[in-house]
Amino acid sequence: MFDWLFRYANPARFMGLSGALLPWLAAATILTIAIGLYLGFSAPPDYQQGRTVLIMFVHVPAASMATMVYFCLAVASLFSLVNRHILADVAARTAAPLGAVFTLLALATGSLWGKPMWGTWWEWDGRMTSTLVQFFLYLGYSALWNAIEDETKAARICAILALVGAVNIPIIKFSVDWWATLHQGESIMSGQVAPVFLAPLLTMMGGYFLLFVTLWLVRIRTMIVERRARSLMQAGAAA
Amino acid sequence: MTPFLTLLARDLRLSVREGGGAALALGFFALVATLMPLGIGSDMAVLARVGAGVLWIGAALAALLSLDRLFQADYEDGSLDLIALSPLPLEGAAAAKILAHWLSTGLPLTLLSPVLSVLFDLPSGAVPVLAASLLLGTPAVSAAGAIGASLTLSLRRGGLILPLIVLPLLTPAVIFGTGMVEAAQTGLEGGAFGFLAAFSIATVLLSPFVAAFAVRLNLAG
Repeated sequence: MFDWLFRYANPARFMGLSGALLPWLAAATILTIAIGLYLGFSAPPDYQQGRTVLIMFVHVPAASMATMVYFCLAVASLFSLVNRHILADVAARTAAPLGAVFTLLALATGSLWGKPMWGTWWEWDGRMTSTLVQFFLYLGYSALWNAIEDETKAARICAILALVGAVNIPIIKFSVDWWATLHQGESIMSGQVAPVFLAPLLTMMGGYFLLFVTLWLVRIRTMIVERRARSLMQAGAAA
Repeated sequence: MTPFLTLLARDLRLSVREGGGAALALGFFALVATLMPLGIGSDMAVLARVGAGVLWIGAALAALLSLDRLFQADYEDGSLDLIALSPLPLEGAAAAKILAHWLSTGLPLTLLSPVLSVLFDLPSGAVPVLAASLLLGTPAVSAAGAIGASLTLSLRRGGLILPLIVLPLLTPAVIFGTGMVEAAQTGLEGGAFGFLAAFSIATVLLSPFVAAFAVRLNLAG
């Protein structure tokens, strides 16, 4: 079933394919984000939020990527454990810092949006709280990676942590939502998004996704080259 | 069952003898409970409101203290290899170790919590509920902690990373544990007891398998 996938799990084939794709992906990223920003800036001010509605176009995609990247990380970890493939190890490892940055971006832009809208930088609302917890999951994952010297072992062990985290994220989200509704009967942003705002929002979401894929490929390629250089150096030292 | 009980008794003996840390956890818990009011202020009304949360977090942190020794000490002196070779499957060994950790930290912490709740002037109705929530929740702390301990067992500074990876996993336990006390104080029933029980049972049932898997990886590497 995954035969076609594993054909590209060979690092040499992967380098060939990703190297050919990368310029196109980078161009598509820049183009999509440029269109998204243009649409965003040309959208009329919201009747309640004024110009601050623009923050939505950088905030919501970051927040959705925060979860999306963890999903990619978990899938790569699963392949790393089941198929023990080096490409999956590298893919999982390199996804984590990207996910952490998207999560941090979501938290920071959310905070900047919250100040003019709710009058506070931080609100213990369910979604914000679970995003914060997710940020710590990313940090713990990366810290564990950096602490284990043997790379193959680090990959397997961190894969377990990633999967444990993946099982836990829905539970954490549920518990935090439960907690937030218990503490405050407040709901935010229930309502429809007008098409003038929806178009730039969806474009920006696509742009963020392309940005993630591009950066992910760059990081995977860098790490593969790095590993190759290291093993060449070790071979040189041994000879 | 005999190898299970042997390992359990061994781990319990190790935890109460010198350097075991069972008593340290209790001291840490008592100190957190003492320092909190010094930071928050002595207003009894405020303390009664935050008391359950402070005690829950204090107990969870105290239980984490001795976790880095759960597998690491046995890994370093080689006894983990012998445990892995014993007729007891590694899953059973992990379960025995989790049970021993809970008996030497979670249970004593639970028993100490009603005493410490005096410092926070918790209403008398809330005290048994707090103890019950800790009794139900601390096994999950030991179990989730065992996952973290098994992942970090080969690290020299594993004790520093352990809280970073275990504490996010414990969010539901803290929320539902303090939620139970809050429900008792306010009379609003939100289902905290059921959720805490579900979380605890699921964590306790799954963690020996995850921990054994991680231990095998570490021993093979």
